[in-house]
Amino acid sequence: MDGVNETELREFAADADAWFKENVDQDVGFMLPLTFMEVGTDQQFDYLQNWQRRVYEAGYLGANWPSEYGGGGLPEPFQKAATAAMRRHHGPIMLNAIGLNWTGPLLLDLGSEDFKKAYLKNILTAEDIWCQGFSEPEHGSDLGNAQLRAKRDGDAYVLNGSKIWTTLGNYAKHMILLARTDPDAPNKYAGLSFFLAPMTVPGVETTPIQKLTGEYGFTQTFFTDARVPAANLLGGEGQGWKMAMRTLEYERGARGGQPGGYIITPLDAFEVIELARKAERDGAPVLDDPVLKDQLLDFIMEAQSLKLCKERSRVAPLNQDRPMSLALSDKLMSTEFARRVNEFAMTMIGPKGAYYVGEPEAVDDGIWARAYLNAFSATIGGGTSQIQRNIIGEHVLGLPKS
Amino acid sequence: MNATETDFGRIDFSEEQSDLLEVAAAFCREKSRPEKVRELLNAETGFEPDVWQQIVELGWLGIAVPETYAGVGLTLGECVPVVEQMGRRLMATPFLSSTLASQAILAGGSEAQKQTFLPEIVGGRVATLAVLENNADWDLTQISATAEETKEGFKFNGVKQLVCDGGVAGIFVVTARLNGETRLFIVQRSNVPEDALRREIVIDETKRCFALDLSQVAAAAHACMPAELTTAALEHIEQVGALLSAAESCGGAQNVIDYTIDYLNTRKQFGKTIGSYQALKHPLVDAFVQYEQSRSHLYSAAASFGAQGTGAIATHMAKAQCDRAISYAADRSIQFHGGFGFTYDCDAQLYRRRAFWHAAVFGDAVHHKKKLAALVF
Repeated sequence: MDGVNETELREFAADADAWFKENVDQDVGFMLPLTFMEVGTDQQFDYLQNWQRRVYEAGYLGANWPSEYGGGGLPEPFQKAATAAMRRHHGPIMLNAIGLNWTGPLLLDLGSEDFKKAYLKNILTAEDIWCQGFSEPEHGSDLGNAQLRAKRDGDAYVLNGSKIWTTLGNYAKHMILLARTDPDAPNKYAGLSFFLAPMTVPGVETTPIQKLTGEYGFTQTFFTDARVPAANLLGGEGQGWKMAMRTLEYERGARGGQPGGYIITPLDAFEVIELARKAERDGAPVLDDPVLKDQLLDFIMEAQSLKLCKERSRVAPLNQDRPMSLALSDKLMSTEFARRVNEFAMTMIGPKGAYYVGEPEAVDDGIWARAYLNAFSATIGGGTSQIQRNIIGEHVLGLPKS
Repeated sequence: MNATETDFGRIDFSEEQSDLLEVAAAFCREKSRPEKVRELLNAETGFEPDVWQQIVELGWLGIAVPETYAGVGLTLGECVPVVEQMGRRLMATPFLSSTLASQAILAGGSEAQKQTFLPEIVGGRVATLAVLENNADWDLTQISATAEETKEGFKFNGVKQLVCDGGVAGIFVVTARLNGETRLFIVQRSNVPEDALRREIVIDETKRCFALDLSQVAAAAHACMPAELTTAALEHIEQVGALLSAAESCGGAQNVIDYTIDYLNTRKQFGKTIGSYQALKHPLVDAFVQYEQSRSHLYSAAASFGAQGTGAIATHMAKAQCDRAISYAADRSIQFHGGFGFTYDCDAQLYRRRAFWHAAVFGDAVHHKKKLAALVF
């Protein structure tokens, strides 16, 4: 690749490998979240906030972001090497997901100099946690119909309404927020605007929502005459839909610019094989069961598919017929895979599949059951799998709108 | 083998592959238009001699043949985009048969055999494999045909089946047991009387297959390939067959999806273009995503073909996934074309039949998963 000193890159990668080997805790004494949507206790939050800051300070998060905004100013391969080392040593997730992977790239691409200076570094250090205010109780998949009202009043907008499924809402200092500034606009999309909204002003309140796992991890957020400075508008009034769609491209991995690390623990085929090696049912190891072995092979091939599709998406000649295809399919493929593979893991566990987190007899502390239930956050959030199929059908295959 | 230490393959795409993909995409689209595919279904040999000549002139028969034997000296990875594009357009050519035969000779032939036959195949003499029999087995060592030494060379007994392009082949690579051991023989057309070949009726009407009655066939004394290369050659044939069959299937999957998209974008029912209905849109997206995944596997197999351990794993994965991709896409294509899908005129059936043919001749997804299981667990 251009401008990459191979020797420096190799040294950097070796240092990163050594650092993660040294610094990833083998046992933290409690269950860590597998994804950023599962941070349910202060103990988990504090641990992960500290972990992200340490990774950043060691130079292994945001190595590819510009140095004037707190990044490492290095070419992309450096951060890739650091992330690979993190993964190799099973480092915990990066906490500040929405800041790192949505807001950060958005600001780097479209934000003013003031925004970049004000926000980017504290996103990397996890000092300022970000959350996302897109979905509303009555408007989920139909995001363009969002109704939270933002009314101009002098040098501020006054916000009234509520947002839901706010991941890390109770910890966040800022929210990327889609609000209706013009209810009389010629169409529903034109009336929307996009704010970098402070969560700390009067009139913003969060209520935790209990998940299907019994845990907490996100909130409903209520706005009652909350005042947001007009300067915090991104892209100008009426440009909200455009900004939101752009954000979703980062969220779904269809557009790059993220500072590295991972916010969802990557699942690889080998972990499932490892489980198959030790799990027993019908009084025998799973690998002795031809039916399960057959199903396991399908998951191994599919896990490999996901890896290969990511690699192929970077080879232009192999993407000529439908250039956006792999980028737009990734979310559907990987989130549905995660859900099904965790479900399969439950099958492999056999009678012990009846146990849940907290039971000392549970296989792997009950992580598979919890991961399966939590996997729905990704097949529903960020646009459900059904919406993803509409997007692929319409934007990749060119079929008419549903 | 411990799977946790095994690499299952990765994408690596060469400049040569890229160039060949571009040329083959344009060539196959131009030379194998849907009307032409239909026309050739009823033609005796199933392909057009002048298109075959152009393929020969493009040098494609020599892609994976070393320069010493008049080839180009690239790898099978470079054959993949070519075969993929042929499969995409349902192009009828003896390219697959001839490439498999030249690979068999390359892996199993003596130096003299390679010197003699490889330049001929590169130069356009059609060659094919005669390795399958009436025993429901893809294991190429499980055969009952026999060879016997005579004063002039060899005579044979038994029947070979699914000998592709046997009607026009000048060279047959035949397996038979000699003194109880499976061996490979190179049989020339002059030693195959017309009566020894019976055209079989096969599910894929773009293909030509023959049963070969070996009792009428003879071979010269120097026709037998070296015993010590037999195992490697048979393994190579299985792997190359799987790789190139996956490539043809993958290309087919792409085109049957495109064909279905066209219909879903034009057909109207209840006042709406039917592609707007999610009952059709969503399963078509699923077929498409499955195709995309299978294509990633195909190019992973192309990149790692022949690599110790990884090559076979990637190839079995690719064959299993490509078989499924074209099968599902073509199956749904028939259904989504409604009444028209049930007719002979709808092209969806061509792809569905093609998928069955590839599963039958080169092993289906279940077979390749079994092979894979032995390698990854």
